[in-house]
Amino acid sequence: MKYLSEYRDAAIARPLIERIKREATRPWTLMEVCGGQTHTIVRQGLDELLEGAIEMIHGPGCPVCVTPLEQIDKALMLAARPEVIFTSFGDMLRVPGSDCDLQQVRARGGNVRVVYSPLDALEIARRHPDREVVFFAVGFETTAPANAMAVWRARELGVPNFSVLVSHVTVPPAISAIMQAPDNRVQAFLAAGHVCAVMGWTEYEPLAMRHRVPIVVTGFEPLDILEGILMAVEQLETGRHTVENQYVRSVRREGTPAARTRVQEVFELVDRKWRGIGEIPMSGLRLRPAFAAFDAELKFGLGDIHVNESPECHAGEVLTGKLKPPRCPAFGTRCTPEHPLGALMVSSEGACAAYYHLAKYRAASAAEPAGAVS
Amino acid sequence: MCLGVPGLVVELDDLTAVVDFWGVRRRVRLDLVDEPVAIGDYVLNHVGFAIRRIPVEDVQATLAVYEQLLQESTEGTREDLMAADVRSELAAGAPRESKP
Ligand code: SF4
Repeated sequence: MKYLSEYRDAAIARPLIERIKREATRPWTLMEVCGGQTHTIVRQGLDELLEGAIEMIHGPGCPVCVTPLEQIDKALMLAARPEVIFTSFGDMLRVPGSDCDLQQVRARGGNVRVVYSPLDALEIARRHPDREVVFFAVGFETTAPANAMAVWRARELGVPNFSVLVSHVTVPPAISAIMQAPDNRVQAFLAAGHVCAVMGWTEYEPLAMRHRVPIVVTGFEPLDILEGILMAVEQLETGRHTVENQYVRSVRREGTPAARTRVQEVFELVDRKWRGIGEIPMSGLRLRPAFAAFDAELKFGLGDIHVNESPECHAGEVLTGKLKPPRCPAFGTRCTPEHPLGALMVSSEGACAAYYHLAKYRAASAAEPAGAVS
Repeated sequence: MCLGVPGLVVELDDLTAVVDFWGVRRRVRLDLVDEPVAIGDYVLNHVGFAIRRIPVEDVQATLAVYEQLLQESTEGTREDLMAADVRSELAAGAPRESKP
Protein backbone atom coordinates (compact mmCIF):
# COMPACT_ATOMS: atom_id res chain seq x y z
CA MET A 1 0.00 0.00 0.00
CA LYS A 2 2.96 2.18 0.59
CA TYR A 3 3.28 3.48 -2.94
CA LEU A 4 -0.31 4.38 -3.37
CA SER A 5 -0.52 5.88 0.10
CA GLU A 6 2.08 8.39 -0.94
CA TYR A 7 -0.23 9.56 -3.62
CA ARG A 8 -2.26 12.60 -2.68
CA ASP A 9 -5.56 11.01 -3.63
CA ALA A 10 -5.07 7.75 -1.81
CA ALA A 11 -8.31 8.39 0.05
CA ILE A 12 -10.21 8.47 -3.23
CA ALA A 13 -8.20 5.67 -4.78
CA ARG A 14 -8.88 3.09 -2.10
CA PRO A 15 -12.65 3.05 -2.44
CA LEU A 16 -12.20 2.83 -6.22
CA ILE A 17 -10.01 -0.22 -5.81
CA GLU A 18 -12.55 -1.80 -3.48
CA ARG A 19 -15.28 -1.07 -5.97
CA ILE A 20 -13.37 -2.66 -8.86
CA LYS A 21 -12.79 -5.74 -6.74
CA ARG A 22 -16.47 -5.89 -5.78
CA GLU A 23 -17.74 -5.49 -9.31
CA ALA A 24 -15.38 -8.07 -10.80
CA THR A 25 -17.19 -11.36 -10.29
CA ARG A 26 -14.29 -13.17 -11.98
CA PRO A 27 -10.71 -12.20 -12.81
CA TRP A 28 -10.43 -10.04 -15.93
CA THR A 29 -7.39 -9.35 -18.07
CA LEU A 30 -6.93 -5.80 -19.33
CA MET A 31 -4.24 -4.26 -21.47
CA GLU A 32 -3.09 -0.66 -21.39
CA VAL A 33 -1.57 0.59 -24.64
CA CYS A 34 0.13 3.70 -23.32
CA GLY A 35 3.62 3.93 -21.90
CA GLY A 36 2.56 6.72 -19.55
CA GLN A 37 -0.11 4.46 -18.08
CA THR A 38 2.35 1.56 -17.79
CA HIS A 39 4.68 3.82 -15.88
CA THR A 40 1.94 4.90 -13.45
CA ILE A 41 0.52 1.39 -12.97
CA VAL A 42 3.89 -0.11 -12.12
CA ARG A 43 5.19 2.80 -10.11
CA GLN A 44 2.10 3.16 -7.98
CA GLY A 45 1.75 -0.60 -7.64
CA LEU A 46 -1.81 -0.49 -9.00
CA ASP A 47 -1.40 -3.95 -10.51
CA GLU A 48 -0.50 -5.35 -7.10
CA LEU A 49 -3.42 -3.61 -5.40
CA LEU A 50 -5.80 -5.18 -7.91
CA GLU A 51 -4.26 -8.62 -7.78
CA GLY A 52 -6.75 -11.43 -7.96
CA ALA A 53 -9.39 -9.24 -9.60
CA ILE A 54 -7.62 -7.62 -12.53
CA GLU A 55 -4.52 -8.58 -14.42
CA MET A 56 -2.89 -5.72 -16.32
CA ILE A 57 -0.84 -6.63 -19.38
CA HIS A 58 1.48 -3.81 -20.36
CA GLY A 59 0.96 -3.60 -24.11
CA PRO A 60 2.99 -2.01 -26.87
CA GLY A 61 2.28 1.55 -25.72
CA CYS A 62 5.69 3.06 -26.09
CA PRO A 63 6.84 4.21 -29.51
CA VAL A 64 10.50 3.96 -28.56
CA CYS A 65 10.02 0.31 -27.59
CA VAL A 66 8.22 -0.82 -30.73
CA THR A 67 10.40 0.95 -33.30
CA PRO A 68 11.59 -2.01 -35.38
CA LEU A 69 15.21 -3.03 -35.19
CA GLU A 70 15.49 -2.48 -38.96
CA GLN A 71 14.76 1.23 -38.52
CA ILE A 72 17.17 1.51 -35.58
CA ASP A 73 19.91 -0.09 -37.66
CA LYS A 74 19.15 2.27 -40.53
CA ALA A 75 19.41 5.19 -38.12
CA LEU A 76 22.80 3.88 -36.99
CA MET A 77 23.98 3.56 -40.61
CA LEU A 78 22.91 7.10 -41.41
CA ALA A 79 24.36 8.57 -38.24
CA ALA A 80 27.74 7.05 -39.06
CA ARG A 81 27.93 8.76 -42.48
CA PRO A 82 30.40 11.65 -42.49
CA GLU A 83 28.13 14.05 -44.40
CA VAL A 84 25.15 13.47 -42.09
CA ILE A 85 23.98 15.31 -39.00
CA PHE A 86 21.56 12.83 -37.42
CA THR A 87 18.86 14.35 -35.23
CA SER A 88 16.54 12.49 -32.88
CA PHE A 89 14.40 12.78 -29.77
CA GLY A 90 16.60 11.95 -26.79
CA ASP A 91 14.86 8.70 -25.86
CA MET A 92 16.04 6.98 -29.06
CA LEU A 93 19.75 7.37 -28.33
CA ARG A 94 20.09 4.37 -26.06
CA VAL A 95 17.82 1.98 -27.94
CA PRO A 96 19.93 -1.02 -28.84
CA GLY A 97 20.40 -1.79 -32.53
CA SER A 98 21.93 -4.99 -33.86
CA ASP A 99 25.40 -4.12 -32.59
CA CYS A 100 25.37 -0.68 -31.02
CA ASP A 101 23.22 2.38 -30.29
CA LEU A 102 23.17 6.01 -31.45
CA GLN A 103 25.09 7.14 -28.41
CA GLN A 104 27.95 4.80 -29.31
CA VAL A 105 27.91 6.03 -32.89
CA ARG A 106 28.24 9.53 -31.51
CA ALA A 107 31.14 8.51 -29.27
CA ARG A 108 32.88 7.16 -32.36
CA GLY A 109 32.59 10.51 -34.10
CA GLY A 110 29.13 10.42 -35.64
CA ASN A 111 27.31 13.75 -35.58
CA VAL A 112 24.23 12.83 -33.54
CA ARG A 113 22.18 15.62 -32.00
CA VAL A 114 19.24 15.48 -29.62
CA VAL A 115 16.34 17.71 -30.61
CA TYR A 116 13.13 18.38 -28.71
CA SER A 117 11.11 19.30 -31.77
CA PRO A 118 11.33 18.21 -35.43
CA LEU A 119 11.50 21.94 -36.20
CA ASP A 120 14.86 22.10 -34.42
CA ALA A 121 16.10 19.51 -36.92
CA LEU A 122 14.77 21.55 -39.81
CA GLU A 123 16.47 24.65 -38.44
CA ILE A 124 19.79 22.78 -38.17
CA ALA A 125 19.41 21.85 -41.85
CA ARG A 126 18.88 25.48 -42.79
CA ARG A 127 21.97 26.56 -40.86
CA HIS A 128 24.13 23.83 -42.40
CA PRO A 129 23.28 23.77 -46.10
CA ASP A 130 26.50 21.87 -46.79
CA ARG A 131 25.45 18.92 -44.60
CA GLU A 132 22.67 16.35 -44.89
CA VAL A 133 20.39 16.61 -41.87
CA VAL A 134 18.27 13.55 -41.12
CA PHE A 135 15.53 13.50 -38.47
CA PHE A 136 14.37 10.21 -36.92
CA ALA A 137 10.58 10.54 -37.14
CA VAL A 138 9.19 8.10 -34.60
CA GLY A 139 6.08 8.12 -32.47
CA PHE A 140 2.38 7.41 -32.27
CA GLU A 141 -0.51 9.52 -33.49
CA THR A 142 0.34 12.35 -31.08
CA THR A 143 3.72 13.02 -32.65
CA ALA A 144 2.86 12.27 -36.28
CA PRO A 145 1.22 15.67 -36.97
CA ALA A 146 4.26 17.59 -35.70
CA ASN A 147 6.63 15.45 -37.76
CA ALA A 148 4.37 15.75 -40.79
CA MET A 149 4.37 19.50 -40.31
CA ALA A 150 8.18 19.62 -40.27
CA VAL A 151 8.31 17.83 -43.65
CA TRP A 152 5.61 20.11 -44.97
CA ARG A 153 7.55 23.14 -43.82
CA ALA A 154 10.77 21.78 -45.38
CA ARG A 155 9.02 21.65 -48.73
CA GLU A 156 7.50 25.08 -48.24
CA LEU A 157 10.84 26.65 -47.35
CA GLY A 158 12.77 24.56 -49.90
CA VAL A 159 15.30 22.80 -47.68
CA PRO A 160 16.84 20.11 -49.92
CA ASN A 161 19.34 18.87 -47.34
CA PHE A 162 16.62 17.85 -44.86
CA SER A 163 15.16 14.36 -44.78
CA VAL A 164 13.37 12.07 -42.34
CA LEU A 165 13.75 8.42 -41.43
CA VAL A 166 10.12 7.54 -40.75
CA SER A 167 9.06 4.87 -38.30
CA HIS A 168 5.62 6.01 -37.21
CA VAL A 169 3.07 3.53 -35.92
CA THR A 170 -0.63 3.82 -35.17
CA VAL A 171 -2.40 2.11 -32.29
CA PRO A 172 -5.72 0.76 -33.68
CA PRO A 173 -4.14 -1.86 -36.01
CA ALA A 174 -2.09 -3.14 -33.08
CA ILE A 175 -5.26 -3.61 -31.01
CA SER A 176 -6.72 -5.56 -33.90
CA ALA A 177 -3.62 -7.73 -34.21
CA ILE A 178 -3.60 -8.46 -30.47
CA MET A 179 -7.28 -9.48 -30.53
CA GLN A 180 -6.68 -11.76 -33.52
CA ALA A 181 -3.70 -13.58 -32.01
CA PRO A 182 -4.74 -17.20 -31.34
CA ASP A 183 -3.46 -17.11 -27.76
CA ASN A 184 -4.82 -13.68 -26.91
CA ARG A 185 -5.90 -13.19 -23.30
CA VAL A 186 -6.83 -9.51 -23.41
CA GLN A 187 -10.50 -8.86 -22.61
CA ALA A 188 -10.55 -5.05 -22.55
CA PHE A 189 -8.28 -2.17 -23.45
CA LEU A 190 -7.35 1.14 -21.91
CA ALA A 191 -6.50 3.48 -24.79
CA ALA A 192 -4.22 6.48 -24.31
CA GLY A 193 -6.13 9.66 -23.60
CA HIS A 194 -3.47 11.99 -24.93
CA VAL A 195 -3.04 9.99 -28.15
CA CYS A 196 -6.78 10.35 -28.65
CA ALA A 197 -6.47 14.10 -28.06
CA VAL A 198 -5.18 14.26 -31.62
CA MET A 199 -6.88 11.38 -33.39
CA GLY A 200 -10.13 11.17 -31.43
CA TRP A 201 -11.59 7.72 -30.93
CA THR A 202 -13.72 7.15 -34.00
CA GLU A 203 -11.21 4.55 -35.22
CA TYR A 204 -11.70 2.55 -32.05
CA GLU A 205 -15.44 2.19 -32.49
CA PRO A 206 -15.37 -0.44 -35.28
CA LEU A 207 -12.65 -2.30 -33.35
CA ALA A 208 -14.77 -2.55 -30.21
CA MET A 209 -17.67 -3.83 -32.30
CA ARG A 210 -15.74 -6.27 -34.44
CA HIS A 211 -13.75 -7.84 -31.62
CA ARG A 212 -16.50 -7.42 -29.03
CA VAL A 213 -14.01 -5.77 -26.72
CA PRO A 214 -14.51 -2.79 -24.39
CA ILE A 215 -12.11 0.09 -25.03
CA VAL A 216 -11.89 2.92 -22.50
CA VAL A 217 -10.03 6.10 -23.42
CA THR A 218 -8.13 6.81 -20.20
CA GLY A 219 -5.69 9.32 -18.74
CA PHE A 220 -2.32 8.52 -17.22
CA GLU A 221 -2.84 9.52 -13.58
CA PRO A 222 -3.52 6.85 -10.96
CA LEU A 223 -7.13 7.94 -10.45
CA ASP A 224 -7.73 8.15 -14.18
CA ILE A 225 -6.44 4.63 -14.63
CA LEU A 226 -8.50 3.20 -11.78
CA GLU A 227 -11.61 4.87 -13.17
CA GLY A 228 -10.80 3.54 -16.63
CA ILE A 229 -10.40 0.04 -15.22
CA LEU A 230 -13.71 0.34 -13.38
CA MET A 231 -15.49 1.44 -16.56
CA ALA A 232 -13.98 -1.49 -18.47
CA VAL A 233 -15.00 -3.93 -15.72
CA GLU A 234 -18.56 -2.59 -15.72
CA GLN A 235 -18.73 -3.22 -19.47
CA LEU A 236 -17.28 -6.70 -19.13
CA GLU A 237 -19.66 -7.62 -16.31
CA THR A 238 -22.70 -6.47 -18.27
CA GLY A 239 -21.56 -7.92 -21.59
CA ARG A 240 -21.16 -4.56 -23.31
CA HIS A 241 -18.35 -3.65 -25.69
CA THR A 242 -18.21 -0.02 -26.66
CA VAL A 243 -15.75 2.85 -26.64
CA GLU A 244 -16.09 5.01 -23.55
CA ASN A 245 -14.15 8.10 -22.57
CA GLN A 246 -12.85 8.37 -19.04
CA TYR A 247 -10.49 11.18 -20.01
CA VAL A 248 -13.15 13.70 -20.92
CA ARG A 249 -11.01 16.64 -19.95
CA SER A 250 -8.79 16.58 -22.98
CA VAL A 251 -10.37 14.43 -25.64
CA ARG A 252 -13.08 14.93 -28.20
CA ARG A 253 -14.52 12.10 -30.26
CA GLU A 254 -13.20 13.59 -33.49
CA GLY A 255 -9.80 14.61 -32.08
CA THR A 256 -8.09 17.56 -33.75
CA PRO A 257 -9.11 17.58 -37.43
CA ALA A 258 -6.39 20.02 -38.58
CA ALA A 259 -3.71 17.69 -37.25
CA ARG A 260 -5.35 14.59 -38.73
CA THR A 261 -5.53 16.28 -42.12
CA ARG A 262 -1.87 17.23 -42.12
CA VAL A 263 -0.92 13.63 -41.25
CA GLN A 264 -3.00 12.33 -44.15
CA GLU A 265 -1.50 14.82 -46.57
CA VAL A 266 2.08 13.89 -45.78
CA PHE A 267 1.92 10.23 -44.78
CA GLU A 268 0.27 7.07 -46.08
CA LEU A 269 -0.38 3.75 -44.38
CA VAL A 270 2.09 0.91 -44.75
CA ASP A 271 2.63 -2.54 -43.19
CA ARG A 272 5.06 -2.06 -40.34
CA LYS A 273 7.00 -4.36 -38.04
CA TRP A 274 6.67 -3.69 -34.31
CA ARG A 275 9.71 -4.65 -32.32
CA GLY A 276 8.98 -7.72 -30.22
CA ILE A 277 5.64 -8.29 -31.93
CA GLY A 278 6.23 -8.66 -35.66
CA GLU A 279 4.58 -7.20 -38.71
CA ILE A 280 1.15 -5.64 -38.31
CA PRO A 281 -0.70 -4.84 -41.55
CA MET A 282 -1.29 -1.15 -42.25
CA SER A 283 -0.01 -0.13 -38.84
CA GLY A 284 2.73 2.23 -39.91
CA LEU A 285 3.13 5.51 -41.76
CA ARG A 286 5.52 6.40 -44.56
CA LEU A 287 5.92 9.54 -46.64
CA ARG A 288 3.65 9.89 -49.64
CA PRO A 289 5.37 9.93 -53.07
CA ALA A 290 4.89 13.72 -53.26
CA PHE A 291 7.34 14.01 -50.36
CA ALA A 292 9.80 11.38 -51.63
CA ALA A 293 12.58 13.98 -51.81
CA PHE A 294 12.51 14.11 -48.01
CA ASP A 295 12.59 10.35 -47.48
CA ALA A 296 15.98 9.44 -46.03
CA GLU A 297 15.55 5.77 -46.98
CA LEU A 298 15.25 6.72 -50.66
CA LYS A 299 17.79 9.52 -50.54
CA PHE A 300 20.49 7.27 -49.13
CA GLY A 301 19.31 4.09 -50.89
CA LEU A 302 19.02 2.09 -47.68
CA GLY A 303 16.86 -0.77 -49.00
CA ASP A 304 16.36 -3.99 -47.03
CA ILE A 305 18.83 -4.82 -44.33
CA HIS A 306 19.59 -7.82 -42.18
CA VAL A 307 19.13 -7.43 -38.43
CA ASN A 308 20.18 -9.29 -35.36
CA GLU A 309 17.94 -9.14 -32.24
CA SER A 310 19.48 -10.08 -28.91
CA PRO A 311 18.49 -13.72 -28.32
CA GLU A 312 18.29 -12.94 -24.61
CA CYS A 313 15.50 -10.39 -24.94
CA HIS A 314 11.97 -11.59 -24.27
CA ALA A 315 10.23 -8.35 -25.22
CA GLY A 316 7.61 -10.13 -27.32
CA GLU A 317 6.51 -12.24 -24.35
CA VAL A 318 6.46 -9.19 -22.08
CA LEU A 319 4.34 -7.20 -24.53
CA THR A 320 1.78 -9.99 -24.82
CA GLY A 321 1.60 -10.63 -21.09
CA LYS A 322 3.23 -14.07 -21.15
CA LEU A 323 6.15 -12.89 -19.06
CA LYS A 324 6.41 -10.22 -16.35
CA PRO A 325 9.65 -8.25 -16.76
CA PRO A 326 11.25 -9.38 -13.46
CA ARG A 327 10.88 -12.96 -14.69
CA CYS A 328 13.10 -12.30 -17.70
CA PRO A 329 16.44 -14.02 -16.90
CA ALA A 330 18.36 -10.95 -18.04
CA PHE A 331 16.29 -8.45 -15.99
CA GLY A 332 18.42 -6.36 -13.69
CA THR A 333 21.54 -8.42 -14.39
CA ARG A 334 22.52 -8.53 -18.06
CA CYS A 335 19.85 -5.98 -18.90
CA THR A 336 19.65 -2.66 -17.03
CA PRO A 337 18.78 0.90 -18.09
CA GLU A 338 22.53 1.57 -18.21
CA HIS A 339 23.14 -1.44 -20.46
CA PRO A 340 19.81 -2.35 -22.03
CA LEU A 341 19.51 -5.52 -24.09
CA GLY A 342 16.05 -4.63 -25.27
CA ALA A 343 14.15 -1.43 -25.99
CA LEU A 344 11.70 -2.05 -23.12
CA MET A 345 14.52 -1.34 -20.68
CA VAL A 346 15.41 2.01 -22.26
CA SER A 347 12.50 4.36 -22.30
CA SER A 348 10.67 5.74 -19.29
CA GLU A 349 7.57 4.19 -20.81
CA GLY A 350 8.94 0.69 -21.32
CA ALA A 351 7.56 -2.00 -18.99
CA CYS A 352 11.00 -3.41 -18.12
CA ALA A 353 12.39 0.01 -17.21
CA ALA A 354 9.28 0.73 -15.13
CA TYR A 355 9.72 -2.49 -13.11
CA TYR A 356 13.44 -1.89 -12.79
CA HIS A 357 12.98 1.58 -11.32
CA LEU A 358 10.26 0.35 -8.97
CA ALA A 359 12.53 -2.40 -7.70
CA LYS A 360 15.36 0.06 -7.22
CA TYR A 361 13.10 2.52 -5.43
CA ARG A 362 11.76 -0.19 -3.14
CA ALA A 363 15.24 -1.40 -2.40
CA ALA A 364 16.29 2.13 -1.49
CA SER A 365 13.28 2.89 0.69
CA ALA A 366 13.27 -0.49 2.43
CA ALA A 367 17.09 -0.40 2.71
CA GLU A 368 17.22 -4.05 1.87
CA PRO A 369 18.17 -5.88 -1.29
CA ALA A 370 15.33 -6.13 -3.78
CA GLY A 371 15.37 -9.23 -5.94
CA ALA A 372 17.49 -9.10 -9.01
CA VAL A 373 18.38 -5.45 -8.71
CA SER A 374 21.66 -4.81 -7.01
CA MET B 1 7.28 10.61 -25.21
CA CYS B 2 3.80 11.67 -26.11
CA LEU B 3 2.34 13.42 -23.10
CA GLY B 4 2.35 17.05 -24.14
CA VAL B 5 2.39 19.89 -21.58
CA PRO B 6 -0.02 22.74 -20.89
CA GLY B 7 1.10 26.35 -21.12
CA LEU B 8 -0.33 29.87 -21.21
CA VAL B 9 -0.32 31.85 -24.45
CA VAL B 10 1.30 35.23 -23.74
CA GLU B 11 2.13 36.51 -27.23
CA LEU B 12 0.74 35.77 -30.65
CA ASP B 13 2.19 36.31 -34.09
CA ASP B 14 0.27 34.66 -36.90
CA LEU B 15 1.15 30.97 -36.63
CA THR B 16 3.56 31.15 -33.73
CA ALA B 17 2.84 31.93 -30.12
CA VAL B 18 5.00 32.57 -27.11
CA VAL B 19 3.80 30.21 -24.42
CA ASP B 20 4.64 30.38 -20.73
CA PHE B 21 5.25 27.06 -18.98
CA TRP B 22 5.65 27.72 -15.27
CA GLY B 23 7.84 30.72 -16.01
CA VAL B 24 9.72 29.19 -18.93
CA ARG B 25 8.80 30.85 -22.23
CA ARG B 26 8.92 29.02 -25.52
CA ARG B 27 7.83 29.70 -29.07
CA VAL B 28 5.21 27.25 -30.20
CA ARG B 29 3.74 26.69 -33.66
CA LEU B 30 -0.03 26.89 -34.00
CA ASP B 31 -0.40 25.10 -37.37
CA LEU B 32 -2.05 22.07 -35.83
CA VAL B 33 -4.75 23.56 -33.57
CA ASP B 34 -8.04 24.09 -35.30
CA GLU B 35 -9.69 26.42 -32.86
CA PRO B 36 -8.67 30.08 -32.80
CA VAL B 37 -6.14 30.67 -30.05
CA ALA B 38 -6.03 33.94 -28.13
CA ILE B 39 -3.68 35.47 -25.59
CA GLY B 40 -4.70 34.13 -22.19
CA ASP B 41 -5.68 30.70 -23.54
CA TYR B 42 -4.02 27.53 -22.37
CA VAL B 43 -2.78 25.13 -25.01
CA LEU B 44 -1.43 21.59 -24.81
CA ASN B 45 1.96 21.47 -26.46
CA HIS B 46 3.90 18.59 -27.89
CA VAL B 47 7.34 18.73 -29.54
CA GLY B 48 7.09 22.40 -30.44
CA PHE B 49 3.45 22.42 -31.58
CA ALA B 50 0.22 23.29 -29.85
CA ILE B 51 -2.00 20.25 -30.44
CA ARG B 52 -5.09 21.39 -28.54
CA ARG B 53 -6.60 24.46 -26.98
CA ILE B 54 -7.53 23.43 -23.44
CA PRO B 55 -11.14 24.30 -22.65
CA VAL B 56 -11.34 26.86 -19.83
CA GLU B 57 -13.18 24.46 -17.53
CA ASP B 58 -10.38 21.88 -17.88
CA VAL B 59 -7.42 24.18 -17.30
CA GLN B 60 -7.20 23.84 -13.51
CA ALA B 61 -7.42 20.06 -13.48
CA THR B 62 -4.88 19.75 -16.27
CA LEU B 63 -2.37 22.08 -14.62
CA ALA B 64 -2.76 20.27 -11.29
CA VAL B 65 -1.76 16.94 -12.83
CA TYR B 66 1.46 18.34 -14.23
CA GLU B 67 2.30 20.36 -11.16
CA GLN B 68 1.98 17.25 -9.04
CA LEU B 69 4.24 15.33 -11.42
CA LEU B 70 6.91 18.01 -11.50
CA GLN B 71 6.76 18.66 -7.77
CA GLU B 72 7.10 14.99 -6.86
CA SER B 73 10.07 14.65 -9.10
CA THR B 74 11.93 17.47 -7.37
CA GLU B 75 11.35 16.00 -3.93
CA GLY B 76 14.40 13.98 -4.64
CA THR B 77 13.81 10.54 -3.24
CA ARG B 78 12.65 8.92 -6.42
CA GLU B 79 13.48 9.05 -9.99
CA ASP B 80 10.48 9.88 -12.05
CA LEU B 81 11.07 9.29 -15.69
CA MET B 82 7.71 10.61 -16.67
CA ALA B 83 8.63 13.94 -15.12
CA ALA B 84 11.79 13.81 -17.22
CA ASP B 85 9.55 13.46 -20.25
CA VAL B 86 7.56 16.47 -19.19
CA ARG B 87 10.78 18.41 -18.78
CA SER B 88 11.90 17.55 -22.27
CA GLU B 89 8.52 18.74 -23.51
CA LEU B 90 9.18 21.98 -21.66
CA ALA B 91 12.47 22.26 -23.49
CA ALA B 92 10.74 21.82 -26.83
CA GLY B 93 10.06 25.13 -28.47
CA ALA B 94 9.80 26.07 -32.10
CA PRO B 95 13.08 27.63 -33.13
CA ARG B 96 13.09 31.10 -34.60
CA GLU B 97 13.58 30.36 -38.28
CA SER B 98 16.77 31.72 -39.78
CA LYS B 99 16.58 33.69 -43.00
CA PRO B 100 17.72 31.56 -45.90
S1 SF4 C 1 14.45 -7.27 -19.17
FE1 SF4 C 1 15.69 -6.57 -20.93
S2 SF4 C 1 16.17 -8.47 -22.03
FE2 SF4 C 1 14.45 -8.95 -20.67
S3 SF4 C 1 12.61 -8.57 -21.90
FE3 SF4 C 1 13.03 -6.67 -20.81
S4 SF4 C 1 14.26 -5.48 -22.26
FE4 SF4 C 1 14.32 -7.60 -23.00
